[in-house]
Amino acid sequence: MVKRAVNEFVKGLWEEIPPFRLVLGLCPTLAVTKTVENALGMGMAVIFVLTCSNVIVSALRNLIPKQVRIACFIVVIATFVTIVELVMQAFTYPLYLKLGIFIPLIVVNCILLGRAEAFASKNGVIYSLADGLGIGIGYTLALSALASIREMFGYGTFYHIPVFGPSFKPFSFMVKAPGAFVCLGLMLCIMNMFKKK
Amino acid sequence: MENYIVLVISCIFVNNILLMQYLGNCPFLGVSKKMETAFGMAMAVIFVLVMAGAVTWVVNYYILKPYDLEYLRTLSFILVIASLVQLVEMFLKKNVPALYAGLGIYLPLITTNCAVLGVCLINMKEEYDFIHTLVSSFSYATGFGLALVLFAAIRERILLARVPKPLQDTSIGLVTAGMLSLAFFGFKGMIH
Repeated sequence: MVKRAVNEFVKGLWEEIPPFRLVLGLCPTLAVTKTVENALGMGMAVIFVLTCSNVIVSALRNLIPKQVRIACFIVVIATFVTIVELVMQAFTYPLYLKLGIFIPLIVVNCILLGRAEAFASKNGVIYSLADGLGIGIGYTLALSALASIREMFGYGTFYHIPVFGPSFKPFSFMVKAPGAFVCLGLMLCIMNMFKKK
Repeated sequence: MENYIVLVISCIFVNNILLMQYLGNCPFLGVSKKMETAFGMAMAVIFVLVMAGAVTWVVNYYILKPYDLEYLRTLSFILVIASLVQLVEMFLKKNVPALYAGLGIYLPLITTNCAVLGVCLINMKEEYDFIHTLVSSFSYATGFGLALVLFAAIRERILLARVPKPLQDTSIGLVTAGMLSLAFFGFKGMIH
């Protein structure tokens, strides 16, 4: 049982890593990866909400009627998102302002609903916990990777530490909307190249 | 009147919800492979977003604000949107079957569309009054539809081109979306 739980956890880190393998949750990916700080903040929030909602959905899976299951999942997820929203507003206010509208938008992040529907409603609590943690951490890693590239070329810093010398002219295309799309597309392409092998 | 025209232009072009504000990407990449599906989705989004914008405005200013329940905004909005989509689906199925058949499976998919919840939250953040909310919701939805249809047209052409294997499908789609977004950047100077 422990082996299977560890297996589920590791799956989220490479095989089923959103948003590259599991093509879900693209909206916040494009928006919060301007800086590594934002990406990590969003990643932490998603880990919390995903793990908690997976556990609750899995614990209640035999009680939720089939017809209203999507609505129930949404209510569970929305509750945890509200908790995260209030905690961030209280303890990390600057980050809350930077992430802005994308914190409440975790509710409609396809990853959470997708995992609740595809995994948590059909598996035990321990496995759902492992799955939630794995996918959450995988998502954070993916976001940070994308954010590092965008921040390094777009601002010349990494987590506010200047990386290149003072004569570096930032490639601000990277931190604007078009750069986000192109960067994500190219990273997906690189991931696909690994898959072919 | 001039105020509304500026709002419409700003929502459709300058702050396009899809290409500038990154909201609504999941269906964007999934549905835009053919023109018919893209068009159907665009119509469904316009339909739902105008109603959702109106109802969430009423909920916010007549239920949440007077009773100091603003922390329940996320929860109440998403429930309103989910129920609205469900009700609209049931109503259309019975009374206007032609429209229901036209919208197809896209209607339930709109519940998890980031754009719908996103626009409702933007309306609240900008503190629009009721008419502005309606105009803004309609314009954001039209902007979404416009971007979707443009993208579908390009994607249909890409299907006939020789794309390297790793870039196929989603990757080239995203890069193209980037180029489209760059094109929309040209509208930036229109509104001061």
